[in-house]
Formats: sequence, C-alpha cells, structure tokens
Amino acid sequence: MWDYLKLAIYGLLAVLAAIAASYARDVAYQVHAVLVVLIAAGLFVYTLRGVGDEKVVETGYMDGPVRVGVALTAFWGVVGFLVGTFIAFQLAFPDLNFAWADGYLNFGRLRPLHTSAVIFAFGGTALISSSFYVVQRTSGARLWGGNLAWFVFWGYQIVILLAATGYLLGATQSKEYAEPEWYTDLWLTIVWVAYLLVFMGTLMKRKEPHIYVANWFYLSFIVTIAMLHVVNNLSIPVSIFGSKSVQLFAGVQDAMTQWWYGHNAVGFFLTAGFLGMMYYFVPKQAERPVFSYKLSIIHFWALIFLYIWAGPHHLHYTALPDWASTLGMVFSIVLWMPSWGGMINGLMTLSGAWDKLRTDPVIRMMVVSIGFYGMSTFEGPMMSIRAVNSLSHYTDWTIGHVHSGALGWNGMITFGMLYFLVPKLWNRAGLYSQKLVSWHFWLATIGIVLYAASMWVTGIMEGLMWREVDAQGFLVNSFADTVAAKFPMYVVRGLGGVLFLGGAVIMCYNLWMTVKRAPAAEAAGDATAAPAE
Amino acid sequence: MMDTYGIMRAFADSWFLIAMFAFFVGAALFAFRPGSNKVHKDIANIPFRHEDKPAGDRD
Repeated sequence: MWDYLKLAIYGLLAVLAAIAASYARDVAYQVHAVLVVLIAAGLFVYTLRGVGDEKVVETGYMDGPVRVGVALTAFWGVVGFLVGTFIAFQLAFPDLNFAWADGYLNFGRLRPLHTSAVIFAFGGTALISSSFYVVQRTSGARLWGGNLAWFVFWGYQIVILLAATGYLLGATQSKEYAEPEWYTDLWLTIVWVAYLLVFMGTLMKRKEPHIYVANWFYLSFIVTIAMLHVVNNLSIPVSIFGSKSVQLFAGVQDAMTQWWYGHNAVGFFLTAGFLGMMYYFVPKQAERPVFSYKLSIIHFWALIFLYIWAGPHHLHYTALPDWASTLGMVFSIVLWMPSWGGMINGLMTLSGAWDKLRTDPVIRMMVVSIGFYGMSTFEGPMMSIRAVNSLSHYTDWTIGHVHSGALGWNGMITFGMLYFLVPKLWNRAGLYSQKLVSWHFWLATIGIVLYAASMWVTGIMEGLMWREVDAQGFLVNSFADTVAAKFPMYVVRGLGGVLFLGGAVIMCYNLWMTVKRAPAAEAAGDATAAPAE
Repeated sequence: MMDTYGIMRAFADSWFLIAMFAFFVGAALFAFRPGSNKVHKDIANIPFRHEDKPAGDRD
C-alpha cells in the first residue's frame, strides 16, 4: 500500500515538475525543475522495481546513512576547499575570472558556492551523519522512523544540489548564507522537520535514563536552525514558475533579521552542532569521560541563552539603533566565558592522557580544533566591540577570523570525526596509515596559520589605510591603493588554501585505503595485540 | 500597532527577562544539587556503553 502511495507521489511530482519546467521564467528554475523530474522519475522506477519485495525488518543500529554521509562529507569538503582556493586566487589574480565563463564562474557566483559548500554541504552532512551515529550510541536505540532517516539524508543532499546549481545560474535572494531561493527553502523546511522527528523519536525511545550532553547540543542545533531558517526566509515568490522572490521584511528590519540569522548560523550550526561532535568524539578518542559533566551543562545553557542575542554586532554604525548594536556587543563579550568553559572542558578531557598527543595524530587534530575554537571565540568578542569593529569591519580581518574558526575548529573536529568513524563503520582494526594522518595534520595546521596570519596583516593594514588622513583632513589612500597593497598577502592566503586542500586530499586517500586495505577488526584482534600503526 | 509593540516590549524587558534569567540560574544551580555527582558520573560514561548494538539486543 505504502509502495503504491509512493509511486503516486513520485509520478505526480515528476509530471508537475515537467509542467513547471515548460512554463519556467528563468534558467535556474528550469534547470531545477528538470532535476526534480529526473530525481522523481528515478525514484519512481526504483520503487516500481521493488514493489512486492519482502520487507526485511532490520535490527541493530542503522548505519547506512552514516556510511554514505561520511563519504559525502569528505567529498564535499574537497569540493568546498577547492572552490575556496580557486576564488582566493581569483582575488589575487583577477584574470582567473575567465571572460568565457563570465556570469557563471566569476568570483561573485563562486563565492556563495564556496561558503555553502563548506558550511552546508561539508559541515551539514558531517552534522547529520555524526548526529545519527551519536544519538543511536548514546541512546542505546536504533534510529526512529525507519527509512525517514534516508529521506532526511538524501533530501538534504537535494537541497545542496539545488543551492549549488542555483548560485551558478544566478538564483539567489542575496542573503548571506541564506542565498537559496524560495522553493529550495520550502524543501529544506520539510527535510528539517523530518530530521527533528528522527532525532526526537530516537531520543524518546532511548534505553539510557539520561540524555547525554552531545544530544542536547545536536538538538539545540536542529531546533534553532529550523526557527532561524523559517523567519529569515519569509518571502513571496514573484511567480510560482520562477525563482525570484521578494523579502517580507524591508530596510533595517531585514538587515537585523538577516544577521540574527547569520550569526546564529555560526552559533548553532557551526558551534552548537559541532560541540555535540566534540562532546562525543573527544571522550571516545581519548578513551575517558568528559572532564566535567557539570561544566558541560553550564556550557550548554549559557551558550544557547547568550548566542541568540549576539547578531546585532554585525551592524555597528548602520541604521540599526545604537541600543540594539550595544546589546549585541555586550552579549558577544559575555559569550566569551561559556565558550572558554567549553574549550577547557574539551581540553581537560585529556588530563591524565596527555601522552596520547604524542602517539595519536587524530587526538592531536581534535586538540588543535578545540584550541582554534578557543582562539576564534576570543577574537570574535573582541571584534564585536564597537571601537575595534570600526577598524576591522569590511576588511579581510573578518575573513581571517571566520576561517580560523571554520578551518581550525569546524574543519579539524570534522577530520577527527571522520578518522574515528571510518574504521568503526567499516569494521576495521584501525586506519590505513597514521603517518598520513600526521601529514594531513601538519599541512592543515600550517595552511590555517598562513591563512589567518596573512588576513590579520592585510585586514589591519587596509583598515588603517582607509582611515588615514593628511594634515588637511583629506583621505590619503584610494580604495585601489589598498587593493594593490594587499596582493602579497592574497598570494600567501591562496597558498594556505592549497596546503589545507592538499591535507584533505591525503585524508580522502587514507580513508579510502582504510576501507579497502586495512585489516578487519576481529581478525586483527585475534592475530596480534599490538595496535595497527 | 505601536501599542502592541509597546506592550510586548515592556513585557520582554521585564517579566520575560526575569523569567529567562531565573531559568538559567535555576538550571545552573540544579547541576550542583546534592547527589548530582553520582548521576553525572553515570551520564558522562554513556558513550562507553552500547558501542555496537542497541541496549535490547544484548543476547
């Protein structure tokens, strides 16, 4: 019965999308409608071939989506880093904005592709797959909802596909980190509600009496992103057959809503969600429980109560009332404390096991990740202070800050998670090569250092150049002067990106060989007691 | 319109602010309740149970 219903839905969807494709008012919409036709038709055929098959009731943990998710996380990581490195060189060498690809592969089109690829494709896939893994283990229960988890997983990948192709073809609502147009937003809302159901359902049927702290962080990430996404994407499509939409809010209200969303995307997507990862994978890799469970509770409540107010610090010296931007600034500074509480909690989990830093490159990666979390959560509050912001805003300092958080904290903890999960998921005794992990670690770390250092230098330099006045009070430098002065730092930044990308490629090779070549877990355990090195 | 804003703003600036702050302080104090050490020790060790199979599938 369910099969026939699915067939009807897929068939109807394919026909409606085909009609929409023929009435399409713009290229992006047309391409997306054709993609929907292909996906729906493919699912129709897939379901049709399976009609009448015996349904096997599966038990044990549901790790299928996690396995695919781990592979796709690595893939999206490389794609996102590659696009990022390319646009870094586009800034240094404008000739890389090829004339033949103008309007498709120029900086303006590729930049949102890069940010969405790393945040939502790499980070989002990492969050969804790791949360599925963690919630099952810490609840002692299989994922709730059967194939709903697959729907969440592939539904989210469709969002990525629509967003990425849309950017290249010019479908954007011009909201930073919320660029996808109205129909992609609606689809993400459906997928996200299903995600919440799967996660909550699993928590509700848990066999442990308590909900482990990692799940609190994951849950706050899911709930808050749902709220932020819906409110920031309130818009009315110009036509049901076109990708263009008009925002419901206007002026400063729109700006405030956007940065309430934007900063909490950092706070709840890139911080709370990844802290969920930290609170599970760091204790697992260190083989000892979290340093202080009490501190983790305080960390959680303080973080979610404070982060939500920090957004207005993006709008200093704008039409936003002073009281609002002061509020954002004060909350950002207060936020420093819980952030460092969390950092201490993560680092001190290693107390008594510091020797692992010498022997285990994966734990080294996690520790550096937590270190960067601490560093960027100090830098951020400092930059939110109005006086500092008057120098730093609109300069490359901001970009440096974002990347020390994103590459250092989010990137490194995700790499650690991948190195932990791949041997577990494919039942391997250990990683293919610890030495390659060390190579990845050093390439990535040096890459981040080059990136952050060059952006500090160029950011502060251009901030100072913009405000430099002569004895008569006239501005000394033109904008083009700052662009010319920034060239060497742009090249260094691009090289940092090359190193980081190189590390990620090494990781992919290592993980691939782990699945293909590393000895299976039981066999290795029987043969020798020595860990695979 | 302005009146609705005024009422909601006054409420947000007073009672709701107090309620949120009280909830936060309450949650923090609750973490330090007597006897919580044992409970927290147990919860902190959750990641080291049920690694391979759900809780019911032991046999």
